[in-house]
Amino acid sequence: MALSEKDVQYVAKLARLEVTDPEVAKYTQQLANILEYVEQLNKLDTTQVEPLTHPLDVKNVFRPDEPKPSLTQAEVLSNGPEVQSGHFKVPKIM
Amino acid sequence: MKNEVLSKTIHEVSADLKAKKVSSVELTKAALDHLEEIEPKVQSFITITRDEALKRAAEADQRLASGKDVTPLTGVPLAIKDLLCTKGIRTTCASRMLETFVPPYNATVVEKLYEAGAVSVGKTNMDEFAMGSSTESSFYKKTRNPWNLNCVPGGSSGGSAACVSSDQAFGSLGSDTGGSIRQPAALCGIVGLKPTYGRVSRYGLIAFASSLDQVGPFAKDVEDCGLLLGAIAGQDPKDSTSADLPVPDYAAEMKKGVKGLRVGIPKEFFPAGLNQEVADAVKKAIVELEKQGAKVEEVSLPASPYGLAAYYVLAPSEASSNLARYDGVRYGLRVPGENIVEMYSKTRAAGFGPEVKRRIMLGTYALSSGYYDAYYLKALKVRRLIKQDYDKAFGKVDVIATPTAPNPAFRFGEKTGDPLSMYLEDVFTVSINITGLPGLSVPCGMSESGLPIGLQLIGKAFDEATLLRTAYAYEQATEWHKQKPALKES
Amino acid sequence: MPTEYEPVIGLEVHCELKTATKLFCGCRTTFGNEANTQVCPVCLGLPGTLPVLNEKAVEYAVKIGLALNCTIAQYAKMDRKNYYYPDLPKAYQISQYDKPLNYGGYLEVPLKEGIKRIGVTRAHLEEDAGKLVHAGGKAGRLDSSDYSLADYNRGGIPLVEIVSEPDIRSADEAYAYLTELKNILLYIDVSDCNMEEGSLRCDANVSIRPKGTEKFGTRTEIKNMNSFKFAKQAIEYEIKRQAALLDKGERVVQESRLWDVTENKTKTMRSKEEAHDYRYFPEPDLVPIILSGDYVRKIKDQLPELPGAKRARFASKYGLTAYDAGVLTADQELAHWFEEGAKHTKSPKGLANWIMGDMAAKMKEQEKELKDLEFDQKKLGELVDLMEAGTINSKQAKEVFAEMFDAGVSPAEVVKSRGLAQVSDPKAIEGAVDKVLSENPNVVADYKGGKQGVIGFLVGKVMQASRGKANPKLVNEILKKKLDA
Repeated sequence: MALSEKDVQYVAKLARLEVTDPEVAKYTQQLANILEYVEQLNKLDTTQVEPLTHPLDVKNVFRPDEPKPSLTQAEVLSNGPEVQSGHFKVPKIM
Repeated sequence: MKNEVLSKTIHEVSADLKAKKVSSVELTKAALDHLEEIEPKVQSFITITRDEALKRAAEADQRLASGKDVTPLTGVPLAIKDLLCTKGIRTTCASRMLETFVPPYNATVVEKLYEAGAVSVGKTNMDEFAMGSSTESSFYKKTRNPWNLNCVPGGSSGGSAACVSSDQAFGSLGSDTGGSIRQPAALCGIVGLKPTYGRVSRYGLIAFASSLDQVGPFAKDVEDCGLLLGAIAGQDPKDSTSADLPVPDYAAEMKKGVKGLRVGIPKEFFPAGLNQEVADAVKKAIVELEKQGAKVEEVSLPASPYGLAAYYVLAPSEASSNLARYDGVRYGLRVPGENIVEMYSKTRAAGFGPEVKRRIMLGTYALSSGYYDAYYLKALKVRRLIKQDYDKAFGKVDVIATPTAPNPAFRFGEKTGDPLSMYLEDVFTVSINITGLPGLSVPCGMSESGLPIGLQLIGKAFDEATLLRTAYAYEQATEWHKQKPALKES
Repeated sequence: MPTEYEPVIGLEVHCELKTATKLFCGCRTTFGNEANTQVCPVCLGLPGTLPVLNEKAVEYAVKIGLALNCTIAQYAKMDRKNYYYPDLPKAYQISQYDKPLNYGGYLEVPLKEGIKRIGVTRAHLEEDAGKLVHAGGKAGRLDSSDYSLADYNRGGIPLVEIVSEPDIRSADEAYAYLTELKNILLYIDVSDCNMEEGSLRCDANVSIRPKGTEKFGTRTEIKNMNSFKFAKQAIEYEIKRQAALLDKGERVVQESRLWDVTENKTKTMRSKEEAHDYRYFPEPDLVPIILSGDYVRKIKDQLPELPGAKRARFASKYGLTAYDAGVLTADQELAHWFEEGAKHTKSPKGLANWIMGDMAAKMKEQEKELKDLEFDQKKLGELVDLMEAGTINSKQAKEVFAEMFDAGVSPAEVVKSRGLAQVSDPKAIEGAVDKVLSENPNVVADYKGGKQGVIGFLVGKVMQASRGKANPKLVNEILKKKLDA
């Protein structure tokens, strides 16, 4: 599974990272090296192994349906790069 | 001129505070003065919070005067890694992305330190978003190793390690996703503990890899390490993955000695080509434990060498999702764009450094359509194999001893050119994050060039007490922890 | 000959649960508050925050699963669905991917031609996104606004997404499915199903294939419809649009479309993320949900009788038509009202007619709800029985009903005070009949001469003489007897 520059461009687009052509070339080479290292996982036979998503065996952690105070509108917006009339403002979507 | 009191441990200085030999305000001022004096050399801090610290110190003095609710941390100046959210104090994760981010809330561990009456002198430097093993990927500065200012302090919690090593703070909090507490503790010659996954709340810890991250302490000695752990441990209703288990009295537990304790030595952690000084120091430490009555035996962890490969799939995958929220909409950096996608892409390109981008792309790739099974799912399966190895080993032994890092501190720039060589720094620490087990690093030697070496102790899940007990017994018999760095270049 | 097509439709319904707080934090779920005032660090997706699952939301989701005849998962988990959109604070939605809470159920939908079973693939738990207001330029429209404003009050409200199998074959069936589903959700009291407030929203996957073939055609997805009427119109339009394309030899493009309410057509929607690669993976901040049989049983025991069962029971127990049973059970409160009333009358069928007839009409006219009524079921039952017993005729009954509706008086008292009681005493009627017969000899002669239809005229005369109070049935009988004698 050799990684191509096209793959890196696709992934950068998915991850919303603007990348220049020289960056694509550099990342392709570096990521390919890392993936090559990762390939060693295939030496282990895992056909009968269940994936382990959590390091510890915990289940059913719930919260009662009880209201807690929210932040004030000013606190919510306090870190906003651009705010307008109580909202976060973003550039046009289309 | 450095005040001698700053060389003391928390348990020593806490006794002084209680005996009114020194006030918290005096102590905090002295610590801040020293901190600021040597900061140009060490560069441990991103933000120094002098006013806030003195305010808390004054409160601690009131508490000490009343004698009510006094804990071993009351009035003691500590430092906090800059990925733990602090209300009203900017929290940057050492990233340009969060240069202006001021959280409206405290991390649970920060809240707990405040409740115990501790004083925070500032927020420490780190690798950007905790991605790195040298603290070189910080957007702000390079923290230098107090033992040799030309060397890295390790990472990602390099600032938290360096500041304790150089007496800028009596202890500190860091976070450990693949070795980010233990490795810098080893490289800076102090004690560092990654608790069991779920022992300490992650609420307010800015996530790198959620199933691997844990908050833990840096300390000058094992006793302090136990005090700090005791203060931050325990279930938190705000963290679904925090364990509902009682927190032992670590101070009492750690002094029980190691007689009859079974210590496992995994051969996979002593590969051919391991740095000889590291191998020798660790082996000598094991002999010391044996001398004190521990039974040493070999154990096998055959899948653990694959831990690093599994880690470099799992951690970036989770990170790619955790770091997606930095999109310039609600907080942090925004670079304007013609439309939303352009704004996102420009913001993220400008806000993240190369290592962070690399890992985001790696993780995005590993989770993307067509590759999930080959990378992410495969890594999860290997994760179970590694866990099974440890479960089996811990059927025979109580604690496992290994080197913490494969080498003593390295020089700036030595590994930044080749990401993989940097990743190999974590080779002995990552499998402990993958399995969720607790791990501790305690100083166990010095290289010929005067750089510290660490012994890693790995315990059963939620058995930090045995780790502290083993480390304490070792430390009592040795002098490594009493040595102080010279803050010189060589 | 033009090809005849068969539509294949699957529906995805998003139902907001009526919990007090959001899915992963303690913020309230109240609708319509000022922007960004029901937001905390968790639902704002601030760095370092963690979700903790609302137990009520899990309970409601399981309730939905049980009501839709689903299997409740023994092992369920939450997953992250990753995509960028400014209404999504974490840039991922916490949802369920391969291990949903509920799967493999069905819904029995009453259609004109009988009951149709429509499969429910799954019903899973997830969080809602915030709300965007598109402003500047041609404000309000996504494709031509200059900027958008984000409000996260709605972000994190619990949703259950109910996904149907592609078992639906017409817009009418889709409408019936949605109606029945909404009815069930209201019955089990897990959502207010307020469509104007967006607490019920629907996406439709529509494709067509030549009748008699098996292979599915290319589908389009009509997104985010918040009215059943629009859903029906959109599906109808989409079926025609696709058929026209295929008839012209063109192809249907797989895409998302939006129903344009002003132009009454579906329109292509440029996609959110050019590549739909959501990179689902297990949410590491949450732990698996492993529900015990006991837990599920307890919820099952709390379920009320559902609309389908109630309809069947009403039909058999009260002798109602399927249609009437459907009308009365369409609203749980009304069904309950009817059942209480049935205890107070000998004719539940008669009661049903009154409820669906005069009562419904008057309630609508006066904008009244059941709780606003001046009278109770006992009184309406009394009225029904008075009529059934022949004490009053239907015309009188309407008068009595009107008075009861307005003033809440007892029908028996109205009858008494107004002297409305129908005269059913044969002797009294005989007297009146004799009088009418003697006054109309010509008509009697016509009758005897074979013009039997004139009896109606005579009945009218007798009724007139009794000022409408005579029992018309009895009048008829007695007249006949005397004329034929």
